[in-house]
Amino acid sequence: MQVDIVKVAQLARIKLKDAEKVKLQKDLNSILDYVAQLNELDTKNVEPTSHVLNLENVYRKDDVKNWPIRDEVLKYAPLTADGKYFKVPKVIEGE
Amino acid sequence: MSKDLFRMTLKEAAGFLSSPENFSALHKSLTDRAGAVDAKVKAYTQLNHDGKDFLAKTPRNGKPLWGVPVSVKENICTHGWETTCSSKILKGYIPPYDATVIRKLRDQGAFLFAKCNMDEFAFGSSSETSAFHPTFNPWDLERVPGGSSGGSAACVAADEAICALGSDTGGSVRQPASLCGVVGMKPTYGRVSRFGLIAFGSSLDQIGPLTKNVEDNAILLGAIAGHDPLDSTSANVPVPDYTKSLVKDVKGLRIGLPKDYFISGIDPEVEAAVREAAKVYEQLGATIKEISLPHTKYGVAVYYVVATAEASSNLARFDGVQYGFRYPTDNLLDMYVETRDQGFGQEAKRRILLGTFVLSAGYYDAYYLRAQKVRTLIKQDFENAFKEVDVILCPTSPSTAFKVGEKMNDPLSMYLSDIYTISSNLAGVPALSVPCGFDSKGLPIGFQLMGKYFDEPTMYRAAYSYEQTMHWYERKPKL
Repeated sequence: MQVDIVKVAQLARIKLKDAEKVKLQKDLNSILDYVAQLNELDTKNVEPTSHVLNLENVYRKDDVKNWPIRDEVLKYAPLTADGKYFKVPKVIEGE
Repeated sequence: MSKDLFRMTLKEAAGFLSSPENFSALHKSLTDRAGAVDAKVKAYTQLNHDGKDFLAKTPRNGKPLWGVPVSVKENICTHGWETTCSSKILKGYIPPYDATVIRKLRDQGAFLFAKCNMDEFAFGSSSETSAFHPTFNPWDLERVPGGSSGGSAACVAADEAICALGSDTGGSVRQPASLCGVVGMKPTYGRVSRFGLIAFGSSLDQIGPLTKNVEDNAILLGAIAGHDPLDSTSANVPVPDYTKSLVKDVKGLRIGLPKDYFISGIDPEVEAAVREAAKVYEQLGATIKEISLPHTKYGVAVYYVVATAEASSNLARFDGVQYGFRYPTDNLLDMYVETRDQGFGQEAKRRILLGTFVLSAGYYDAYYLRAQKVRTLIKQDFENAFKEVDVILCPTSPSTAFKVGEKMNDPLSMYLSDIYTISSNLAGVPALSVPCGFDSKGLPIGFQLMGKYFDEPTMYRAAYSYEQTMHWYERKPKL
């Protein structure tokens, strides 16, 4: 298995240094070679498990609850605006 | 007693803590102990020096755990107290709420004494990937304490804690408990609320107690377990009084020894200690039966697909927008990629990338879906085994504590150190590590008991019976 590390890093939104790319590509390939042993098994008629307890879907009433923590959340945020918003760099280009 | 208050068990501390004066004495004793040994062990990232604030806000009022100091892993949210997952990317994150386990402990009067170091985001088996510093094994400071809850295990072993909480996604409570010679429980999936536990692998994660003995473990699990409306995967199953299981009686208990766990690669001294424990159980009246968990050898492969897939998704939220570290730029995409480059360490990047890959278009069926199917086979192994036996006995870790740096450049060999602990997370069954002796280098060995869903009581009974026969906990590291 050959991983395209540049493409995967783009999908994961992580910038990699050139030296890291070589090492991580090698690591991922060797881990995936190890994972390939799963191909020994016949899993055609096996149901996948995503959760171990067979829980029913959990519903609750759609009640409004007061959780007055906005100020505290924003107090430690990296950058905020007007005491109400997280502030980020401009998303839409141009004027 | 007055000189060595820090050596108390949870049970002893709860009995001792009858007044604010006794609380202050114990708090001072533990703080002094941490001051004396933590420069060597480095189990802690932060200490709570504010006993006065605790006393002012926490009237005793018959609370069962009043004043009991609990040390908490860095990935469990504590209102108003920095919670970093030992990662640069969460530096400065002050949670605006308590995890449910923390709220429960506070409601019962417990005192949050310290934050425990861990592998960054719980990605590791040695506590070396922390962005703060590595933690060292109290039994040999040149060796790792295990991980990822290495700080939680080391502080208990070093008697700079009364008890601690860790989290376990693939062995992160049990493997360090084994390597440090303490008791560590991963409860049944859903037994303990995950609300406020910063997520790694949501279908695998459980919070669990690390303690000096089995009795303390039963008390602490009882204090944190239970259904939580804030965690839709928590199970609505009544919590029994685990301390009622603390009886020395295993007559007729059927114990399975999985032959698939005693394979090449296991340290002969570890194997001998676990087989010796099986003999002790036989002498106590249990029956030992060889069983098979035939898909064990696929566990690590399944785990490193499922856990990294879930981690890559869970860690997408760390992008510099809402909390922790942000790399300042004037372009949004650059902000994301630079923040994540500088905020995450090597192992976090490796796992995020691997998880992203196995979920990506064209590879999902071959990796993720296949792994989820093999996970079903692993779960069925346990269902079949528990038709024949009540608990399963095996090693917790294939070796005792390894040297610092020994496995850092070889991720796969690090991953394989979790070979015995991973399956129970994949299947969701409870598993408990109990000290069962020392190797020729004087390093602790632990065995693991795995049980049926929600059958922690039988595991505690079995563990207590062994512990009270062998008394390994009486031996302490020299620090």
